[in-house]
Amino acid sequence: MNSALVIIFLAAAVALVLGLLARGGNDMTLEQWTVGGRGFGGLLVFLLQAGEIYTTFTFLGGSGWAYGKGAPTYYILAYGCLAYTLSYWLLPPIWRYARQERIVSQSHFVARKYDSPLLGILIAAVGVVALIPYLVLQFKGLGIIVSVASYGAISSTAAIWIGAAIITAYVFVSGVRGSAWTSTVKDILILAVVVFLGIYLPLHYFGGYGEMFRTIDAAKPGFLALKPSGEYGLVWFQSTALLAALGFYMWPHAFGAVLTARAERTFRRNAVVLPLYQLILLFVFFCGFAAILKVPGLTGSDIDLSLFKLSINTFDPWFVGVIGAAGVLTALVPGSIILVAASTLLANDVFRSLRPQTREETVAWTARGLVPVVALIAVYFTLQGGSTIVALLLMGYNFVTQFFPSIVCSLMRNNPLTKAGAFAGVAVGVATVVAVTLSHSTIATLAPFLPTAIQDVNVGFLALILNLVAAAIVSLATRPAAVASAERA
Amino acid sequence: MTSLKWLAALPFLAILIGTAFVNSVEPLVFGLPLVLAWLVGWVILTAAIMALIFFNDPANSDVESDRGAGR
Repeated sequence: MNSALVIIFLAAAVALVLGLLARGGNDMTLEQWTVGGRGFGGLLVFLLQAGEIYTTFTFLGGSGWAYGKGAPTYYILAYGCLAYTLSYWLLPPIWRYARQERIVSQSHFVARKYDSPLLGILIAAVGVVALIPYLVLQFKGLGIIVSVASYGAISSTAAIWIGAAIITAYVFVSGVRGSAWTSTVKDILILAVVVFLGIYLPLHYFGGYGEMFRTIDAAKPGFLALKPSGEYGLVWFQSTALLAALGFYMWPHAFGAVLTARAERTFRRNAVVLPLYQLILLFVFFCGFAAILKVPGLTGSDIDLSLFKLSINTFDPWFVGVIGAAGVLTALVPGSIILVAASTLLANDVFRSLRPQTREETVAWTARGLVPVVALIAVYFTLQGGSTIVALLLMGYNFVTQFFPSIVCSLMRNNPLTKAGAFAGVAVGVATVVAVTLSHSTIATLAPFLPTAIQDVNVGFLALILNLVAAAIVSLATRPAAVASAERA
Repeated sequence: MTSLKWLAALPFLAILIGTAFVNSVEPLVFGLPLVLAWLVGWVILTAAIMALIFFNDPANSDVESDRGAGR
């Protein structure tokens, strides 16, 4: 057993123990299990909100994109910043209504706002379909990290099973409290590791940032700025950053994290600090950039390995173990948050909606019982492999963004959308995403007659626009009846 | 506050539209490519703007919203 492996195992053990202890003396009612009894203070909510940024996707993918694609990776920095700005006004009204109505999930929220259990089921179903690939991605990242950082001593399959077992155990016992407690360790570790690597690697190999970027620019001209047009160009950057900012809090697990807060002021304060906190991503980019000329030749999905390949060339095994441990936690913590969200959606918003007379306790136990089921499904898809997962994740992001119009409109004093309108909007939006993803369409292929600037717009916008059009038309058509019945009542 | 909150539109304009005008590598700013430095600068400015809005928002001086939550 090498020293890297010892450290990775230690981190996994700490996560498990902390996650189990997190339950404390709390009875695990659904409200405790899913949203921590709405009792979390500023720091825990901050970490849950921030947990969304430091997943394996950013740790491996952020550096991987910097390595393989260059400037397009900047969009990760851009969308987070914009999403946090929006959150200042978006989250407090959501939280207020959810507390007042004792709401535990996103689809629960929408179903109550629109007084439509059917709409709730639709949102829950789409949410779960979007979450599973996200969970698969975390498991996949976990497998890669452990097998690389353990120098091959543990296969990625074994790592995935162990990781899935750990989060299943502590999520089953402690629910979101387990995620919150483990996220404290994760954030401290990842912060230290990423800042260190982002400073050390460029200085060690190039003598400074300016030198590093000049060398890269000389070797690969244009790599560090966005292309004026085309795939991953400027318009792609602009439209994707905006789309992702809108979708950010539409993920069911991000939405669920919001409900854990004790006070609404927490979100406003976090909206000030979170933009700065995500600057840590800059150091992730630096790792990827430093790897370009030092471990060249990675292509395809192997670009995600750039950070680890460079680390292995640079450091002793024990320190590779520390990096691996940080990486493992970036998979486990978001994975556990997703697991809570998906199980809650299935139990509370699908199962309970179909059988409204079910008792509260039964729903709570169903949610916990679904944890291993959801985890197993994700493990199955992870081990199946294939690049379809990436396609599914992109589809997932576009899926959840379709909730944005319905949720934002429902916060207005006079909601312009009717329940039929909201349903039609989400359904049309999601159907468009499926059609476009499966046919690999872009706006360029769908409408070759448009100017190139419009052709480069992220195709997710097409779904969002059709969503809005459908929601508006159906709302107009169903509005008079709704008003008339409201007046009669 | 009502007028201050419009400052929050600046990050959107700067990041989504402004980026088009600074999309180059040279000159390096603090060792970063210009376009990356622009984004990093705006992330910091965004935090500053949000701080300004936060401290001038009457909703946040209302301590009740913190205290009334224990139930």
